[in-house]
Amino acid sequence: MDKSTFEERKAIRGEMHASQRHDSAHKHVSGTADYIDDMPEPAGTLHGAFGMTDRAHAEITAMDLSAVAAVPGVVLVLTAKDMPHSNDISPSHLHDEPVLADGLVQFHGQPAFAVIAETRDIARRAARLAQITYRDLPHFTDILDAVAHGGQLVTQPLTLQRGDAEAELEKAPRRLKGSMRIGGQEHFYLEGHIALAIPGEDDEVTVWSSTQHPSEIQHMVSHVLGVPSNAVTVNVRRMGGGFGGKETQGNQFAALAAVAAKRLNRAVKFRPDRDEDMTATGKRHDFLVDYDVGFDDDGRIHAVHANYAARCGYSSDLSGPVTDRALFHADSSYFYPHVKLTSQPLKTNTVSNTAYRGFGGPQGMVGGERIIEEIAYQLGKDPLEIRKLNFYGEKGSGRDVTPYHQQVEDNIIAQIVAELEESADYQARRRAILDFNRESRVIRKGIALTPVKFGISFTMTAFNQAGALVHIYQDGSIHLNHGGTEMGQGLYIKVAQVIADSFQVDLDRVRITATTTGKVPNTSATAASSGSDLNGMAAFDAARQIKDRLVGFACERWQTTPENVSFVANHVKIGEELVPFPEFIKQAYMGRIQLSAAGYYKTPKIHWDRASGRGTPFYYFAYGAAVSEVSIDTLTGEYMVDRVDVLHDVGRSLNPAIDLGQIEGGFVQGMGWLTTEELWWDDKGRLRTHAPSTYKIPLASDRPKIFNVKLAEWSANAEKTIGRSKAVGEPPFMLPISVLEALSMAVASIADYRECPRLDAPATPERVLMAVERLRNR
Amino acid sequence: MPQPNGSISFILNDREVALSDIAPTATLLDYVRLERRLTGTKEGCAEGDCGACTVLVGRLVGDRLVYESVNACIRFLGSLQATHVVTVEHLAGSDGTLHPVQQAMVDFHGSQCGFCTPGFVMSLYGLWLGNDDPSHADIEKALQGNLCRCTGYEPIVRAAEAAAKARPSEVFDPIVRERETITARLKALAPTETITIRRDDDCLIVPADSDGLARALADNPGATVVAGSTDVGLWVTKQMRPISPVIFINGITDLQQIDVRADGLTIGAGVSYTMAHAALAKTFPGFGPLIDRIGGEQVRNMGTIGGNIANGSPIGDSPPPLIVLGATVTLRSKDGRRTLPLEDFFIAYGKQDRKPGEFVESIFVPSLPADDHFAAYKISKRRDEDISALLGAFRLSVEDGVVRSARIAFGGMAATPKRATNVEAALIGKPWSEETVRNAQAAFESDYQPLTDWRATSDYRMLAAKNLLMRFFLESGGETAQLVRFAAGDR
Repeated sequence: MDKSTFEERKAIRGEMHASQRHDSAHKHVSGTADYIDDMPEPAGTLHGAFGMTDRAHAEITAMDLSAVAAVPGVVLVLTAKDMPHSNDISPSHLHDEPVLADGLVQFHGQPAFAVIAETRDIARRAARLAQITYRDLPHFTDILDAVAHGGQLVTQPLTLQRGDAEAELEKAPRRLKGSMRIGGQEHFYLEGHIALAIPGEDDEVTVWSSTQHPSEIQHMVSHVLGVPSNAVTVNVRRMGGGFGGKETQGNQFAALAAVAAKRLNRAVKFRPDRDEDMTATGKRHDFLVDYDVGFDDDGRIHAVHANYAARCGYSSDLSGPVTDRALFHADSSYFYPHVKLTSQPLKTNTVSNTAYRGFGGPQGMVGGERIIEEIAYQLGKDPLEIRKLNFYGEKGSGRDVTPYHQQVEDNIIAQIVAELEESADYQARRRAILDFNRESRVIRKGIALTPVKFGISFTMTAFNQAGALVHIYQDGSIHLNHGGTEMGQGLYIKVAQVIADSFQVDLDRVRITATTTGKVPNTSATAASSGSDLNGMAAFDAARQIKDRLVGFACERWQTTPENVSFVANHVKIGEELVPFPEFIKQAYMGRIQLSAAGYYKTPKIHWDRASGRGTPFYYFAYGAAVSEVSIDTLTGEYMVDRVDVLHDVGRSLNPAIDLGQIEGGFVQGMGWLTTEELWWDDKGRLRTHAPSTYKIPLASDRPKIFNVKLAEWSANAEKTIGRSKAVGEPPFMLPISVLEALSMAVASIADYRECPRLDAPATPERVLMAVERLRNR
Repeated sequence: MPQPNGSISFILNDREVALSDIAPTATLLDYVRLERRLTGTKEGCAEGDCGACTVLVGRLVGDRLVYESVNACIRFLGSLQATHVVTVEHLAGSDGTLHPVQQAMVDFHGSQCGFCTPGFVMSLYGLWLGNDDPSHADIEKALQGNLCRCTGYEPIVRAAEAAAKARPSEVFDPIVRERETITARLKALAPTETITIRRDDDCLIVPADSDGLARALADNPGATVVAGSTDVGLWVTKQMRPISPVIFINGITDLQQIDVRADGLTIGAGVSYTMAHAALAKTFPGFGPLIDRIGGEQVRNMGTIGGNIANGSPIGDSPPPLIVLGATVTLRSKDGRRTLPLEDFFIAYGKQDRKPGEFVESIFVPSLPADDHFAAYKISKRRDEDISALLGAFRLSVEDGVVRSARIAFGGMAATPKRATNVEAALIGKPWSEETVRNAQAAFESDYQPLTDWRATSDYRMLAAKNLLMRFFLESGGETAQLVRFAAGDR
């Protein structure tokens, strides 16, 4: 059976491809959606707080915690030595990430102990009373500092290579080199990290964790406690945002809560303050990209050589796959005939950077688009012209192979860009802006159209599997569970639509239940945009199994053949007879039919050999494009985003309303990354932008003043994904590269567009003004 | 004498509470979440910057019951006497029917992860109560203090527009329905004498009027005086500093008077930014847009200009424009009053000319001669709800094309809000021309040696300061020299 096609049945509420509200929307607005801190606490619940260090790199020579322990209400003080089995929560299994610093501080703020007390307030106050003595060690927080001091890496770098880039660079008619800094980004999920551990019998413990990866929390807790995985159950109903920040970073909170809960036999909750969360958990990697490109007078690229150096922080965490994905996207949407790309995952004395929406891909793509921009300014052309010239060609065109030797088979970027160029009236607006800039003294405008091509699948092939559990009860109500987590992205409702559609029952017959390791085991993180692709298919598989049994039952009970049995609008149709779904289910139960199934899915086709840098790491690509128009104030560097038009490809959308929300939200989040969101460390290695008062994510008044977002409704996934849909979580995040480039154009007007302003990201008002100033002084 | 065992009485949603056992540092957010289990109100940042904890607080202004959005995370429980606290749980009908604001948020997909949503609902509700036809500018302003990381805000703005069309007469609304009853109950709760709550070594004082404040401060000269708590709130939630003895002055109505006269404007120290906005914007048009960029709506509803001055921050937004306007500050104690120029009040970083027992009573801002040019420009990394990297205020009079007088002051350029006297000197007596401006720009370097920090580098601050003088010059000649998101009449 082709899972990608369904009969047209319009009679149910909440079928696939229909716009549906988020399943929790009515609870969100009334304050009744429970996040972990809202759940009723078990009697006697205790509260944890970190004891943080104040050195970027130092040996702890002494740690006197007597004053901490002496505070009335403090029940327990934990240090590294108190971890029952292991102090290691390294998600890369390189054993480089302690739960609590054990004698060595590797970033400013790294937790060295934890206080467990009767109230959170007591725990927080007590945690400040420690006397820690240090022996300072030299610290490096910045990429260039790290390189200058030996360039130690946290994990193996990657090289992607095709053709002979060195030789072709020499031969190319034109050649230019440059470098660009791309800043990191704090996730700023509105709900900070939290874990609630409830001790059970024997070695058991249940942990409620705000995590995108319950299975990893389970593994880490069992590893730290020294108990088998079957003793640990991890639950999460919803997160107040994740964005990658809750893929691995919840481990320390869950581990500490579980250790304390087992030791004290009381429930323990661990919820850091926002400043502590921002100080002690990882962020998007910042990069320094050095590029060298050879091209001809038309702007056609001959060869690219680029190095992507990343600030990884003190440990590996996910820096390997993040920097890999940066290289996978350094081509953006462009064919590089000869290419050599290298990654440099640098160790720094900063918090260990981690997953963040796009997972290195956005940084890779920003570098690729900067190369296009450089070529355009050198040739005096519109960057869009250079883009079109270098797009990947049709399959079989000879211009369809990526730097990792995957053939691009589903390329629709030219069509997307052409349609958007037309619908957004790009050419006329660009001409008008060029005219405006000739006349305007202080205010200058810029416009840019940039494409997105984003590879979908975990590059770690094993992670591309998922499970689901579906029960139908005797009253015909359906219980749905799967391995994906809900962080606001609408995964639960999409998968519920798959089930409603499969059984042809109204969506409200399907109950969505909290993700738990006890129902679906060995899950992958809800990450890499894969949630609905993987879990949708696993749920579909579970439904298929039950439906097969139900059809068999109907054939036997009604003495007919399968082609005469169908699921139609809250009924089962057998021959000409319509049996209401609940009644049919009751009969199936009486006929001793198993009404429960575990579904499973693994992504086909993909493989990846990292050592050789060759393979097909991605099942398919998601595409999109955006036109952004901005104005800048050349006296202060302040700017505004005047208009944005987006055309984005989600294949055949499972839920257009949810997908539009992902695109709009992803755009604004990506725009924040490239504009006002700046991470700033002082000379002591302290992150000083560790709260919303100092770290500025976009507000309603920062969103594009005119914001037109459309789905490419003609698109359907070339691969047999669930309903021929495409992943939507990450790809739109890269659309606002157009904002950065539009700012760049506005700056470039100062020197009559003869020079690429080389605007680094984030393009804060300061960076914009300083770029203006550089061009003025030429 | 104050009663030693007073209590704080207010209405929480539909029931009256009287609390006699309150720590000075207890916050409204912890109270509703931990003690009342009203968990719809969320903690996002505990510093008044994200809005997840937004609730409405109703209070009587004269005879009028006014509801304002506030940040429960930095609103002290002890500051709630005679108020009506409305949390998100109060909005829906008892049968679960959603309020129009909530329903619009559902219909327009205004929530994704949902964690910020109750705060947005409350901010939108505050807007909905007071504005039945909000423009995009109104909506954005009402939402400046609310962060959403998921939606990109577009659906929330659409929801706000849609909700405005469903008005109180047509739908159930708890505040509209109860307005008269609540007004009467709050009148009854208005304090007539100082409330004092002692708890172990802690002392919390709520004077009924400014005389009571003067006495309380005389008795407790080291007390922390708290008006809007938009700064002191963070001392507690972030630095865990003790603030006892504390005096909450936000309910003192005689400090909330605005007196508009021909010679100028007197603003009581307890006047919030929101309350000051109309008078200041009307008298000094350059002031209005600046106030709209101080904090978010919740912070403007709580924070006071008096507090902005009294705490002496070098990056407070109101002192530079007030200094160039020649404002004076009146300090009061039990022994009397004294008045001094505002610029003399700021002595050094963290040091103001306020003696123990004194409090800021009022600010007088003299009227601006009709021909004077006045402008205040705030520069921040993010346009709204951000702390200034620098803020320049300019006032100039020109006679026959020659600069007759000039007053320029900046925040963010020195350890205190400070005049640019050398720049002023370079302008006075010169033709008001681009050449004069260019020559005067260099003088900024003798007036200021700004710092580098996370908001801006020293170089940027200096360059932007110089350029703001150019902006002021260009604008004084009618040229467009800054970005405006919504032009007049633009919705």
